[in-house]
Amino acid sequence: MKNTIKALGAGLVLTLSSTVFAAEDYVIDTKGMHAFIEFKIKHLGYSWLKGRFNDFEGDFSYDEKNPEKSNVNVTIKTASVDSNHAERDKHLRGSDFLNVSKFPTSTFKSTKVVSKANGAADIHGKFTLNGVTKDIIINAQEIGAGSDPWGGFRRGFEGTTEIALKDYNINFNLGPASEKVELILNIEGVRK
Amino acid sequence: MDQYQASQKWLHWLSAILILGLFALGVWMRTLGYYDSWYQTAPHWHKQMGIILLFIMLVRLIWRLKIKAPAPLINHKAWEVKVAHITHYILYLGIFTIIASGYLIATADNRPIDVFGLFSMPVLFTPFDGQEDIAGFIHEYGAYALMALVALHIAGAFKHHMIDKDSTLKRML
Repeated sequence: MKNTIKALGAGLVLTLSSTVFAAEDYVIDTKGMHAFIEFKIKHLGYSWLKGRFNDFEGDFSYDEKNPEKSNVNVTIKTASVDSNHAERDKHLRGSDFLNVSKFPTSTFKSTKVVSKANGAADIHGKFTLNGVTKDIIINAQEIGAGSDPWGGFRRGFEGTTEIALKDYNINFNLGPASEKVELILNIEGVRK
Repeated sequence: MDQYQASQKWLHWLSAILILGLFALGVWMRTLGYYDSWYQTAPHWHKQMGIILLFIMLVRLIWRLKIKAPAPLINHKAWEVKVAHITHYILYLGIFTIIASGYLIATADNRPIDVFGLFSMPVLFTPFDGQEDIAGFIHEYGAYALMALVALHIAGAFKHHMIDKDSTLKRML
């Protein structure tokens, strides 16, 4: 009996330590859609045009002790671009912009995470869009983490980055104020 | 000479001008850059002229079913009559298909089409997934196919006028 309790106790300690110290794997909650991949670009320089990608998936691992060992992968279905204007979306899916029939997915794969103060981090990685892959840095900020009311554990981040359209071979002339797009990723992961 | 009625001639030539104009406008407007002054205006005109064409074609179709076309000329061979009839039938079908697909592109996000500020063509169908892409494909290739058919239609008219030297074309003038 004593041994059993000891063994249970040891097991508990092991379980606890493993959840505390090892990297945790999360799947981005696209099922319940607590994740948003949005973009904004200046319209003529006079206002922000915002849009989003509705269909994507991804996962990340998070290592609280060694945030540098964290990584994140996201795959976006580019045809799901949605700027709340069907004709513009049709144009965005075409060869002037995203070329979705030729390049149906856009991906981000992190290569390095540099952690900063107060839950911030620079996530270096390879971003592929319109068939072109470039190194980018996403400025990430942890929003929060904890158990949810349904028996799971969740962790969420916001990340922003800016890309130049011509870097990704998107050369449609939208004017001098609209050469760069800001990408905003809000992702909530459910621990696996 | 068994002529088409004046009303039929008007409807025919009016829709002919509109269809050719819409095709040219459609091809041209897609070449426009973002900073061209016609970038917004050309598609707007294309849409409202398309709606005007719809109403003309509806009147034309009803009229065609009601008062019929004159009988084929006696010198027309059976196969010519048949080809002409099939061509006319597909022309009607094609025109309505292209108008419908264009309408589905324009209304794919629940926005009505403004027609010269006089009225708005409402959204009649619930938008379906990928509507603007599917309708866009039909609209584009349908338009090219229609133009091939129009070329056949015109070639037929000229063949009767220049080679057979009959009154086929004159009946519509």
